[in-house]
This record gives sequence, C-alpha cells and structure tokens, in this order.
Amino acid sequence: MNFRLIIKNLGIVLMVGAAIMLPSLVVSLICSEGDAMSFLITIGIMVPVGFCMFRIPVRNRNIYTRDGFAIASLAWILLSLFGALPFFLSGCIPSFVDAFFETVSGLSTTGSSILRDIESLPKGLLFWRSFTNWIGGMGVLVMMLAVLPAAGASTIQMMKAESPGPDPGKLVPKIGQSAKILYIMYTALTFVLFIMLLAGGMPPYDSLVHALSAAGTGGFSIKNLSVGEYNNVYYEIVIAVFMLIFGVNFSLHYQTLHGGFKNIFRDEEFRFYLFTIAGAVVLLTWNTCGNVYDNVWDSLRHSFFQTSSMITTTGFSSTDFNLWPVFSKSILVILMFIGGSAGSTAGGMKCVRFVLLFKTIKREVGRIIHPRSVYTVKYGGKTVDSSILSGITNYFFVYIIVFTVTLLIISLDGFDMVSNFTAAAAAIGNIGPGLGIVGPTGNYADYSALSKIALSFTMLFGRLEIYPMLILFAPTFWKRVNI
Amino acid sequence: MKIIIIGDGKVGYSLAEHLSQEDHDVTIIDKDPEALRKASESLDVMCVRGNGVSTRIMMEAGIKTADLLIAATSSDEMNMVCALTGKKLGAKHTVARIRDPEYANELSVLKAELGLDLVINPEQAASREIGRLLRFPPATDVEHFAKGRIEFIEIRTNHNMPIIGIPLKDLPSRIAGNILIGAVERGDEVIIPNGDFVIKSGDILYIVGKPSDINEFCKQIGLLTQKIKNVMVVGGGRVAHYLALLLRQIDMKVKIIEIDRERCIELSEMLPDALIINGDGTDQAFLESENLCDMDAFVALTGRDEENLISALLAKQCGVKKVIAKITRINNPAVYTVLGVDSIVNPKLITANYILRFVRGLNSALNNPANTVYKIINGKAEVLEFTATKSLRFLNIPLKNLRLVNGVIIGAIARKNEIIIPHGDDCVRLGDNVLVIAVNKRIVDLNEVIASVGGSK
Repeated sequence: MNFRLIIKNLGIVLMVGAAIMLPSLVVSLICSEGDAMSFLITIGIMVPVGFCMFRIPVRNRNIYTRDGFAIASLAWILLSLFGALPFFLSGCIPSFVDAFFETVSGLSTTGSSILRDIESLPKGLLFWRSFTNWIGGMGVLVMMLAVLPAAGASTIQMMKAESPGPDPGKLVPKIGQSAKILYIMYTALTFVLFIMLLAGGMPPYDSLVHALSAAGTGGFSIKNLSVGEYNNVYYEIVIAVFMLIFGVNFSLHYQTLHGGFKNIFRDEEFRFYLFTIAGAVVLLTWNTCGNVYDNVWDSLRHSFFQTSSMITTTGFSSTDFNLWPVFSKSILVILMFIGGSAGSTAGGMKCVRFVLLFKTIKREVGRIIHPRSVYTVKYGGKTVDSSILSGITNYFFVYIIVFTVTLLIISLDGFDMVSNFTAAAAAIGNIGPGLGIVGPTGNYADYSALSKIALSFTMLFGRLEIYPMLILFAPTFWKRVNI
Repeated sequence: MKIIIIGDGKVGYSLAEHLSQEDHDVTIIDKDPEALRKASESLDVMCVRGNGVSTRIMMEAGIKTADLLIAATSSDEMNMVCALTGKKLGAKHTVARIRDPEYANELSVLKAELGLDLVINPEQAASREIGRLLRFPPATDVEHFAKGRIEFIEIRTNHNMPIIGIPLKDLPSRIAGNILIGAVERGDEVIIPNGDFVIKSGDILYIVGKPSDINEFCKQIGLLTQKIKNVMVVGGGRVAHYLALLLRQIDMKVKIIEIDRERCIELSEMLPDALIINGDGTDQAFLESENLCDMDAFVALTGRDEENLISALLAKQCGVKKVIAKITRINNPAVYTVLGVDSIVNPKLITANYILRFVRGLNSALNNPANTVYKIINGKAEVLEFTATKSLRFLNIPLKNLRLVNGVIIGAIARKNEIIIPHGDDCVRLGDNVLVIAVNKRIVDLNEVIASVGGSK
C-alpha cells in the first residue's frame, strides 16, 4: 500500500471538499439564518488539514488499482465525516451519528433522512443536503479530476473505483477531459431542470434544491412530504422525466449529442431500462386504479412518478405509496434492486448487469440442452469477456451478502420485517425511503445508533459498488507490502 | 493532435505511452483484450477492442477527425490496408510499419499509391542504427542533426583518459578539437556542465560536434577510432540481412552465424558477399574456432535476448572491441551496458522513436517551431533543433551577453556551410539552425532558452 500517496490524494479531496461547501456557505450567508458559522468552521478545518496531507512527500507516484480503490473509499468516508460537521456544529442535528448518517445519505445519493421535521432546518443546511446529492451523483473524485490540471494516466484507477457499472470507460482519450465533459453535461442538464421548474412557478430556492437532488438521483427534498407536498402535475412530470434522463448512461448522452438519436435505441441497456419502466408503469396503474385512485389519470400520474423515482433510486415521492396494495409495493421493491443504467448518477445493481445476467441464464439453459454447444455472450454486438460475466455474477452475490448483513444488524432494533427489509434495500440501492416506518412519510430517526452506522456504511457500499469498500476489510490491504 | 494507433504490441504501446505524455489524444485499437487492459490501466488513452481494418471500428475510434493514423500491427498487409482505409475515411496523415524485405524495394511506390506519409521498417531501421554504431566504434550511441552535419555521441569515460580531473574551461588548452560537452550523466543525475565542471571517471559524456572533430577528439582522449573491418553477426534474421547489405556498402566484411541450415542457404543466396556459417552462436568453442577473438566487432542478433546477451558477453571476454546486442525486452539499457556490452539495439524502440520524431515534426509544422525533438538519456533530456526566425529576441547578440535558463545549453549552430560550436563571442543569426540541449525542461520556443529580463521564466 502506498500510504503516502493515498494521504496526499485524500488531502486534495479534502481541499476540493472545502470548495464544494462554498455554494452552501453563500446560500446560508444570503439567507442569514445563523448556520453560516458552522460552514466557515468546517471549511476552516478542512483546508489546513487537507493542505498538510497534500504536502506529504511521495516517492512512487503511480496509482495502482488497490491505491485507487483505497483513495475512493477513504475519500468518501472522510468527506462524509467532514460533511457532517455543519449539521452537527450548527446544532440542527445534535447527534453526530445522525449528522453522519444524513451526510452519507446525501453523498451516496440515497436520500434517507433521520429528520422528523425537515422544514425546520435553516436554508443553508438544506441546500448543503441537496448539494451533497448533486456532487455525490457524478462523484467527488470525478469532480477532482475535472478541475485539477494534468490528471495523470494512473488516475483512471480512481475514476474506475467511483464510477458505477461493470466496466466504466472514458468518453474521450484524456481522462481529465472526460471528467470535464461529464460535469459539463451534468451541470447543463441540471440547469435545464432548474429553469423548467422555475418556469412552472416553483419558488427559485425550491427549484434549485429539487433540481440538484433530482440530478444526483438523491431525493433530498425540503418538504416533509417530498414532491407530493406541491401536488402539482407539471412539477411531477418534469421531475420524473429528468430523473429518468439522469438514470441513463452519460456516455449515451454524449453519443446522442454527437450522433443524434438514432443510436440511442440500439443500446441494449437503454432498451431494457425503457422496457422495465414501461412494464412497471402499466402494472402499477392497473393495480392502483380503482382501489387507491378513482381514475386512470391519477393512477398513471403517481405510478409514473414512483416508477421513475424508484428505478433511478432517487426516492422522491408524490404520494404515500405505503398505502398502495401489496402487489404494487412488491414492484417498487423489485425496481429498487434493478436500479438505473451504468455510468449514470443512479444506484441499484444497474440495468446492464441484469441484461447480462439474463443472457448468462440463456447460455446456461442452452448448455443443458446442447451440452457440447459453444455460446458467446454478446452485448451491443460485441463479445463480452468471461471475466466480466463472472464479475457480474459475483457482484450479484456480494450485493445480496451486504444486504443480508445489514438486514441482520438493523433487525436487532426489533422493527417489523417489511421496514427492515426495505430499509436495507433502500440503503444499498441508494434509494432513500422504503416501506413501513421508513416509508415516504416516515424517517430513520427511530433506529438505534448502531443501525444508523450500519446503514451509513451500506449506503457507501452501494454507491461505490461494494468492492472499494470491501477492500478496506481485507487485512493484507493495510500492510505496506501486500502479500 | 488526435492519433489512432492500430496494434497494441510493443511498438504501439511505446508510442501510445510517449504520445499521450506529450498531450496528444491517443486511441488504441487492438483485438487482444489483455493487451488493451494493460494500456487502459497504465496510460491515459482510449482503447477500442476490435479489428483495426474494420471501418466500423475505425469510425468508433474517431477516424474522421483523426490527425494521424499509425498502423503498427504485426502484419504488413494489415498495416497497408489499415493505412489505406484510414486515409480514405478521413485521417489526415498515415504511418505504417512494413517490414517484409520483399516490399522493401517497393516502398516508394507503396508510399505514393497508398498515400502513406511514413513507412517504417523496424529491422532496416535497426540495421541502420547498428551500421552507425559500427562506423563510429567509441560511441555507445550516435545521433545525427542538421541533416547529418552535426553528430551527437554518447561515450563512457574511464580512468585512462587524459580529460579526467580537469575543469572543462581548461579543456581547449589541453585537447584540440572543436567540440562541446553538452550533457553529462553521473549516476542517476543529468548535468549540463559549465566551465568549472570536472569530469570524473565513469561519467557518460554527450558530445556535440562535426563528425571529423568528434573523431579527432576521441583519438586524443585515447578512444581508438580504428576503422572496423571484420564483423561477426550471430543470428541470421532480417536485421542481419539488412545489416549485411549495408555493411557491404561501407567495405566491412561480414560473417553471419546462423543455427538453422535452411535459413543459411537462403542467406547465402541473398548475400553472395557475406560468409554464412551454420552453427550455434552461444557455443564458445565454436565461436573461437571462427576467430571470434580477431574480430573488430561482434553483433548478436538472434531472436532471443538471453542468447544475445550470452554471446555478447563471450565476445567481450575474448576482447572484441565493439560488441552490440539486440535486446527486445528492455526498458533500461543501463542494466546491460553495466555487464560490459558496448551498445544495445532495440528495434521496437528504434521504430517507436522514429515514428515519434515524425509525429513531433508533424506537430511542429502545426504549432511547434522545433524542427526536431529527440529524447536522450532515457528521456531525461531533450535535444531540439530550431530555425532562428525574425521573432527571435537574441538575434546577433553575442552569447556571452545572454543569460541562459538553468539546465539549457546551446549545443551547436549550423549556418549555411558552417558548423559553429558556440563560444561567448558567437551569436545566432537569421536562418541559423540552432541545436539546444535541455534537461528536465520543455522548451517549445527558442526564445525560452534565455532567461527573460528580470523575469524568472
């Protein structure tokens, strides 16, 4: 392990983290609700600490895969710790564990909250909450690569550890350039969403916060009842459509910018994504129409919004879906596991993995029928490497393991099965609200500190796609010489 | 520049490494996922998996906007087709590696008809390099600048040389010869020496000068510059073939040892002037029976690095003055030269370097005024050739009045028919070709050589 190099990079992350806090500081200064000081103190701690870490001399500057993974996971933990300080220092969230939970939930774009009354918080802190959603969506390290000059070749390891999907790639040959393009597209799309919400009559502050949360597919709202509080069809449609856009692979957006729309429907993952959404909307509408809602339109409206919110793992709600029939709730839980596309801001297991898992099943069945047959799994017309396929099946297994362990730990608190199950699923999938006591109108405040810590780490596991976090638990990882 | 490299072999990888470091946008196409994985993990390049001949793959790699396509797969035909399609699809320049001797004579036709901008034959390039080393035995490395009028050589000092222990400013009084010591490698350090610099034994000197002056200098410091007449070559591959043809032109006699009987017959048909011997080049008794000890030079060119190294060491032990070995798996030639091998030749690296020179030249035509950029001492220093234009700030000012940036030296000035090794009273005039040596610095413009007034550029 090249600890010096890791510490140096973490120092840079901290300084970038301090810069990320500046917009929130500005907002809190404008609103002047007494939370500006907590931001100032946090930045005042982060910058010198980060600078000292940055100044550490490094002998070998090559970032190997293990170093990249370590930087990614430690950076996220570190930023969550420092990011929790404003909540804690301002006294709005008195318990540090709660503040940590809230920050992890923001950065990992989960959107679970321990706040019983969100609206009572100062505007600056609420903005910071949503801004962590936005930054966490595309990634802190990607941000770092985008703003820093001369990102070396080996920084790809850091980007790989942070970007979701089985085989993250670059958009253009240069990594720094790729990161810049990603953030430019991301910012532009967020801005369009902001303008559209504004045009629909939402107050500027609300529009901005919701645009940030929706872009990161995080789902922090500033209303206790989330988007449902506005009860406005226009907002719901705009937000739902944009959540779906942010749940699409950004390299597909880039290709669309360059080559037009004709290629987008050839993408297998995108087709699977659309198909799943369409299927879920139809089933939910059918199931809720008549027994929850009186007419098809209301039913369609809420089904579409909830489907979009769940599959992109955002976690906004337009209505209390806890009151829906069991079949509908089951569909929502299934969507939680599927998640968005690789290379998007969404969480979950990602559509591409499901596409490939289904293809593997097809191959296995074919093998039983024709034992001597030779099948190659193809994706987008190209043969998929068997190492990627086995990686995906392994990923599926580890995902379930992490989910199970979390479920076991939080079960100690003695809440009902549905709440615990969905809480664990929502944490690892970075969704936010689940069902039962953690449903759209509920929150995580009643869980014990242990459960909150467990859930926090599960959220990080989910955001970094498990392995970067899992590597921290390997004893050899902490040795200078790895044997 | 946007550069597409087809073929992620040693040459392709090495090119991608250097070009991406020089801030070009590099995309590599290859069929082998393993090779691509290595490239994508350690280089800042984009990798596209697939057949480089396929237009779809080329389009995916962005051939339409590419400035340069380099075809460096292992197959000549594939490279030709790649270059041809690439050009038709919109690549502005194309480079192909074509190595088969059968095509070697048709290169000019191929170049014109396929629209190739550069054709590189690695074996031929390697044989040229070996030829240069044999023509000038004291040097471990020889480079040419200003169309061959300025030579840049690398020599290793030993304690017998009369230049050891004297400061450079006293050098002209002791040793005649108009040369300049441009850079010195001492241990891991590369130094641009000034007048007070004292040469120690074991230093590696990089000397700039006219070929005749350098020859004279070497004679005086006791490096024999006796002409090489007899060369023994072990391994009768393509490099040996080209080398034999080349050496015949400069009146050297060649003896080729080759283990494969069939190949010996082929060689004897193709090279009537060379002596072809069928035998094992690592067998000491056999080599000695073939008068190894009386040879002026020994070149090990088999396909295996280990064998080359063993035969080279045998030859060195027998007292052969100039021993050259071909090594393919490198990175650090110093490892081998420490063992006593005089020079190391790496065809892949030579190929990569050759193409790099071309790319830099291309780039300079676009926006960099340097005519040639050449990396020396494992890339720690650069030799650059500039043409002095009107925009130069120190035209006609004697060099002694200029304050040069640290780590930079003006090595030579080529003016019409004259080569000037600059002293304090010389100055750069309009149209001169100026050779600059820079250590740990990127010089993009000749004006950057002087420290700006009051500034700290």
